[in-house]
Amino acid sequence: MHWRAGLDPKGAKIVRGAGSRLSCVLVQPLLSRVVRRIGDRHPSVFARLGIYKKSAFLIDPVELPFALHLCPDPEAPAFRAVPRDSTPHAQAMIRGRFMLLLELVDSQRDGDAAFFSRDLEVSGDTEAVVRLRNALDDVEGSIAEEAAGILGAPGRAILARLRRAYKSEAEGFQQA
Amino acid sequence: MSPGELICPAGTPAALRTAVDAGADAVYCGFQNATNARNFPGLNFTPDELAGAVAHAHSKASKVLLALNTYPPAGKVDLWRAAADTGARLGVDAFIVADMGVADYIARTYPDIRIHLSVQAAASSPEAIRYYCENFGVKRVVLPRILTIPEIRSIRKEIPCEIETFIFGNHGLMVEGRCSLTNYLTGQSTNMDGVCSPASDVEFVRHDDGTMSSRLAGFAIDCFGCGEKAGYPTICKGRYTVPHRSDAYYAFEEPVSLNLARLLPELIDAGVHAFKIEGRQRSKSYVRSVVSAFRAAVDDIRAGRPANITDLVALTEGQKQTQGAFATKKWR
Ligand code: SF4
Repeated sequence: MHWRAGLDPKGAKIVRGAGSRLSCVLVQPLLSRVVRRIGDRHPSVFARLGIYKKSAFLIDPVELPFALHLCPDPEAPAFRAVPRDSTPHAQAMIRGRFMLLLELVDSQRDGDAAFFSRDLEVSGDTEAVVRLRNALDDVEGSIAEEAAGILGAPGRAILARLRRAYKSEAEGFQQA
Repeated sequence: MSPGELICPAGTPAALRTAVDAGADAVYCGFQNATNARNFPGLNFTPDELAGAVAHAHSKASKVLLALNTYPPAGKVDLWRAAADTGARLGVDAFIVADMGVADYIARTYPDIRIHLSVQAAASSPEAIRYYCENFGVKRVVLPRILTIPEIRSIRKEIPCEIETFIFGNHGLMVEGRCSLTNYLTGQSTNMDGVCSPASDVEFVRHDDGTMSSRLAGFAIDCFGCGEKAGYPTICKGRYTVPHRSDAYYAFEEPVSLNLARLLPELIDAGVHAFKIEGRQRSKSYVRSVVSAFRAAVDDIRAGRPANITDLVALTEGQKQTQGAFATKKWR
């Protein structure tokens, strides 16, 4: 981004940090509503998580300006955008491109296959990750669409646009 | 012509519905305990979920096979018997069994429910298979993945039951039902506890240079270079250094999946009754893709058309596939 061109590396880091914090503030209300809605509509997710419903997960969509911190506790579900330079403690970390993560949540892609291809990285408590994956995979329908639906028509339009962009990018990769 | 029934995996009720909708003739699944060989965290069915799954499958003319395919520790059979009782009450169409004691209990208590002999029983000779048929009324044997197609053809002529073979998925070490490798490191095994490489013992570590190590119970079992395709963190797929070689190598088995799509016509011709897709631990996405691909291929072959075979390599372990011993005993 050319507005950073005149900054020294330390200055660029500060600007990036500020941008990241601003993004977090902007998406925060939506994320909180998403996790509450999913928890209300799919309570079986908590049974599959077992004791790990009290755990914290750091989800890191590599191309977004922030990471996501998920605590799927049914009594106090929390889903927060957090700046990368000061992420809170988490038992497990899941890292990949944003649309890949979205497709995994929606079971449009297979998690093991994404792990084999090295597009998906996991670290920390592997059991926590396996439980989260299995819990989400048992959800019927599209979690992404439910989340987009919270914002109504604009949310669905953004999701459709993201999917189209990702599809053409993926096709571009295949042709390369 | 053999019916070429498709036997498909389901680790959750949603995966079972996906398999049925994608054309599964039967779906196999298990309870959330050590009675089955995919006793993974957050996976499998509660009795209530299984009741719903049986109703859904039967409404679409699919069958449900309940995997009770682990070995109870001596004298501790209650969990397995209770699982069989629940399965019978819920109307499952068959039990997949490895242990003779479990088979005996089911044969005596529920003589009208079919018993399929699990791959975990490792019955690979006509004599062994006949023993299970004669003593426990086994109706189908799932063959270990150690046999060539001519060997399967000749076994078929000497046994009184149906044959099921794996056609896709995880390709374990060639001593199915007798693997204790994981037990050596973690104290747990597929055969007794239903879990190979328990997730709680697995650790992936990303290094600053982009490489990734996988560890089991604290022991490094592989280190993948940047961009190198990865496999499951099981000991049989580990890469080791040994005194007689200068490089680390896959001493037992490589990260690779079985794919017999191109051998389906020969397997049908050899008298294989049913085809099993591995992967109860995989996602709905995997189930949808693999079941649909094999449904189309089997339907083509049975209709006398050339099989339209979808490329499934993106779903394979290490993104590599093999025909294993089915094609040649020299496969490894
Ligand atoms: S170590 Fe390999 S062969 Fe042995 S049970 Fe595990 S996956 Fe199967």
